[in-house]
Amino acid sequence: MKNRNDIAERLAASSYIADADLATAISLMQLLRRPLLLEGEAGVGKTEVAKALASMHATELIRLQCYEGLDQSAALYEWNYQRQLLSIQAHRGDDPDAVEDQIFSEKYLLERPLLAAIRRDTPPVLLIDEIDRADDEFEAFLLELLSDFQVSIPELGTIKATAIPHVVLTSNGTRELSDALRRRCLYHYVDYPDVDREARIIMARIDGAGASLALQIARMVEGVRKEELRKVPGVAETLDWAAALVGLDVRDLHDAPETVHETLMCLLKTQEDTSRMTREVTERLLGRVA
Amino acid sequence: MSCCGTNPGYEEIDQVSRLVSARLAAFLRTLRDSGFAVGLHEGQDAASLMAAGYARTPSLLRSAFKHLFSARKSDWERFDGLFDAFWLGKRARSRSLTMGSAKAANNPSLKSLSDRNAGPRAGDGAMDQIPAADGADDNRRGEGRMEGASRADNLTEVDFRKIADPAQIEEAHAAAARLAQAMRTRLTRRDLARRRGYRLDLRRTIHGNISHGGVPIDLVKRQRKAKPLRLVMLLDASGSMSMYTAVFLRFIHGVLDEFREAEAFLFHTRLAHVSGAMKEKDAARALDRLSILAQGAGGGTKIGESLQTFNRWHAARVIHSRTVVMIVSDGYETGDAALLGREMAALARRCRRIVWLNPMAGWQGYAPEAAGIKAALPHVDLYAPANTLQSLTALEPYLARI
Repeated sequence: MKNRNDIAERLAASSYIADADLATAISLMQLLRRPLLLEGEAGVGKTEVAKALASMHATELIRLQCYEGLDQSAALYEWNYQRQLLSIQAHRGDDPDAVEDQIFSEKYLLERPLLAAIRRDTPPVLLIDEIDRADDEFEAFLLELLSDFQVSIPELGTIKATAIPHVVLTSNGTRELSDALRRRCLYHYVDYPDVDREARIIMARIDGAGASLALQIARMVEGVRKEELRKVPGVAETLDWAAALVGLDVRDLHDAPETVHETLMCLLKTQEDTSRMTREVTERLLGRVA
Repeated sequence: MSCCGTNPGYEEIDQVSRLVSARLAAFLRTLRDSGFAVGLHEGQDAASLMAAGYARTPSLLRSAFKHLFSARKSDWERFDGLFDAFWLGKRARSRSLTMGSAKAANNPSLKSLSDRNAGPRAGDGAMDQIPAADGADDNRRGEGRMEGASRADNLTEVDFRKIADPAQIEEAHAAAARLAQAMRTRLTRRDLARRRGYRLDLRRTIHGNISHGGVPIDLVKRQRKAKPLRLVMLLDASGSMSMYTAVFLRFIHGVLDEFREAEAFLFHTRLAHVSGAMKEKDAARALDRLSILAQGAGGGTKIGESLQTFNRWHAARVIHSRTVVMIVSDGYETGDAALLGREMAALARRCRRIVWLNPMAGWQGYAPEAAGIKAALPHVDLYAPANTLQSLTALEPYLARI
């Protein structure tokens, strides 16, 4: 069993600050060889987990972005039809069997993310991003791939995984995923980080953000999240804001309440939220930040 | 688990781990009873985790099991309580979700509902005894699709609250269920027939024409995948609606039955997601499961707050671009009517149509005067009465057009 503190430290080295729960999840991923399903609000750093995992294993990150209408030819493999046609034209008159063998060889195969992920020598991290955007049919197909890790291409035969990739799936919850897929995966709900962890994230990611400023920013963001907003700011927004404040040379939030209010737009993404965050609200929130 | 702090001998550890493994099976059963989808595979993995040393500290084991056994956010949030209750003997929040029907007593409308269902189960057989209008029995033979309404011809125009005979009530319920089923098949089929490509798919065209040497003779077109219409139903289960709740529950049950693209919610003072309970095949059992979800009915209706909960926690998941939200309520808001207006506006931005069914709108001399319904009406696309089977049937062509 890998020590989870060890995993947390190695993640921190690739500037991802994980909580103990996530470290456990990653150790389980390796032990049980199951994919990890991450759910949570937009902007809490689900995709970052996969990136950090790749840099922790010092391996390649292969990403499949899901969207509506995603099909096998965009996700798994496709024949390079144009090249095949050219080859047919060029070898007109040759032995048809030889031509056929040639145009259905590796050279004419376009590798898409899923196929790429199972053909690497060292196991890569396969990130299947926003799986909830893909269709049900694709989800069913993915389930099959994730349990067997083999692909059959009619013209070439079955391709077995050379190394089982570390699979991370993310979902924003725009669609209910099937029970079968959920059962296949380890589940981790990524929540907004607490003040302490968010401050450490800011320090790890933004150069020049001191401990006291990072803590102030994290406290302020926590306050903003508690307001009734339409779009609750995520960690990505916090980092934007922290970068803006550092860039404007703010050392202490209390020194520059004007700048704080003006840069708050880094956190607020709709007009409605902006109008709700009046100067008074900012001051009230700022007052609670020690 | 109490051995963790001390230094036990080897045999002792062995014995403890055996005991713990025996309890693992019981824990899996507890989880299954609480609605977790735990299979054999998960059980094996759990055992291998314990063998791998995860059982040394409770917090580590809890965290590991949580990832393994949870499948969704609700599981994730419940798990710690269940784990602590089982392994550590804490009696915190160990509410098992396999409920008896004892709670039904708290809810007048559901209680009467289950009574009716439990009563004359022979309702299906008793159908012929209902005094049918002249020739109604013969008419239904050739009709096929309209069977939902026509089989209960004499009932279609009777207000639900005026149906008192238990056999007739059962008949009305069955008719509502049939009507719902007929509606969903029709809606889905029409959708399929409408497919037509509008954009050329170059890659597939080349692929498909390799046999012609690449000359594009057969064109392959792309079509946007037609999403089937999704129905999201929000049913008011408050005291003032009690005379109608029963028949609408059966209607919802009929729509949800075996049909993915429908979701149902129940609200009174708070909102409950009931799709899971409603997907139970047997109507009586579904209603039984509902009774616990609908606790607290009769304490007024907070439509605004319920909608707020819906918009905040469920809307992103259950609403897509072809979603019709159907609210069944009398609009008697005991909370803040302004909040209701705001939340209705937010909901209207999200979904395609909002249909508001108000059973009282079918009453003679009723005008939408209540503050709640007044605030909501500007955002409603279709406001219709729904106090008879006939008025329910009238909805179907409207939904089919969307």
